Amino acid sequence: MADTSPPDALSRFERTIAAEEKIEPRDWMPDKYRLNLVRQISQHAHSEVVGQLPEGNWIARAPSLRRKAILLAKVQDEAGHGLYLYSAAETLGVSREEMLDDLLSGKAKYASIFNYPTLSWADVGAIGWLVDGAAIVNQISLCRTSYGPYARAMVRICKEESFHQRQGFEIMQTLAAGSAEQKAMAQDALNRWWWPSLMMFGPHDAESAHTQQSMQWKIKRQSNDELRQKFVDQTAVQAAHIGLVIPDPLLKWNESRGHYDFGPIDWDEFNRVLAGHGPCNRARLAARRKAHEDGEWVRDAMLAHADKQRARATGAAA
Amino acid sequence: MSSKHLPLWEVFIRSRRGLDHKHIGSLHAADAAQAMQSARDTYTRRQEGVSIWVVRSSDIHASQFEDDSAFFDPAADKVYRHPTFYDVPEELKL
Ligand SMILES: [Fe+2]
Ligand SMILES: [Fe+2]
Repeated sequence: MADTSPPDALSRFERTIAAEEKIEPRDWMPDKYRLNLVRQISQHAHSEVVGQLPEGNWIARAPSLRRKAILLAKVQDEAGHGLYLYSAAETLGVSREEMLDDLLSGKAKYASIFNYPTLSWADVGAIGWLVDGAAIVNQISLCRTSYGPYARAMVRICKEESFHQRQGFEIMQTLAAGSAEQKAMAQDALNRWWWPSLMMFGPHDAESAHTQQSMQWKIKRQSNDELRQKFVDQTAVQAAHIGLVIPDPLLKWNESRGHYDFGPIDWDEFNRVLAGHGPCNRARLAARRKAHEDGEWVRDAMLAHADKQRARATGAAA
Repeated sequence: MSSKHLPLWEVFIRSRRGLDHKHIGSLHAADAAQAMQSARDTYTRRQEGVSIWVVRSSDIHASQFEDDSAFFDPAADKVYRHPTFYDVPEELKL
């Protein structure tokens, strides 16, 4: 690709980025820009897909028909988000099969947070509120990413996400206003999901391997730490509103910064889970592989059905 | 005299980088290259676009108007897919 580029291709690419315009699939782009995007978008897609598993665990056990219908609709949305993102990555010349292979073989990464278990119904609330909440902060920022198909997928996804966080918060709000036991259940879920949610934004800016180049190319528009701060600020207010306590003794409003201060993140835990040693890494991949294998007969049947229809159509024409 | 008709093509234009291609109209042409030139001359005389797609009309499969209501019906009663379904305080920025 790079070798067939016209001599002014790079400067044109850089001018487009500088002018806040989008790069589109047929445009020339540096190989590193392409690879960087493929990595980020496919990881994002994998996260949407694997992210269905912890919540899927509770669909059959939702406490009411209303909650069940909502959770089902949310998990269905996440499958759609995976699809939008895989499609955006495919415009960069990588195939769906390659990406799936990388996920199933364990080569590709997905958001570490989905390697934690969902122990109680309150975890479904905590995931919607915190995990989708963190994802939305990140995704709103990515609506301004420099790659057109990724930006457009983000706009569509953000629109759909808006109910995800609200339904989660509503679950937490209801539990927090319930019996002492229900409130304790909500607090316990918050205790377990808080820190992993902060880790979702990735390493601190100084330690982040990809941030600088990504910011320069406007793939990322705000740094990990900026986005994390935004999430902490909004979530601190929400937790206080429903009377739950964020499990961080150092969390405190800082008047001079105009932000909440918060305590240090346990990066050893983050790295352990990322390296495959979280509580559910193996179970998640095993479930993904099984779902893929169990779906094989459906894919085969779809092809066989299409062949049959085609044969019938040609038979009728003859 | 040839009795052959030129096939129909649908034209999609991206008006600006960052936006989706949008259907803008159709035209007749013998092949994709002709359709592309013709689309440029017909639909972008005033710089309406930065990118054109042409697709053979016969390659487009459309949903049928008659079964519209049945086809889209399952989405109608799922109001909980919309954020307005949830009662959360405005100031919390959810
Ligand atoms: Fe999502
Ligand atoms: Fe979501």
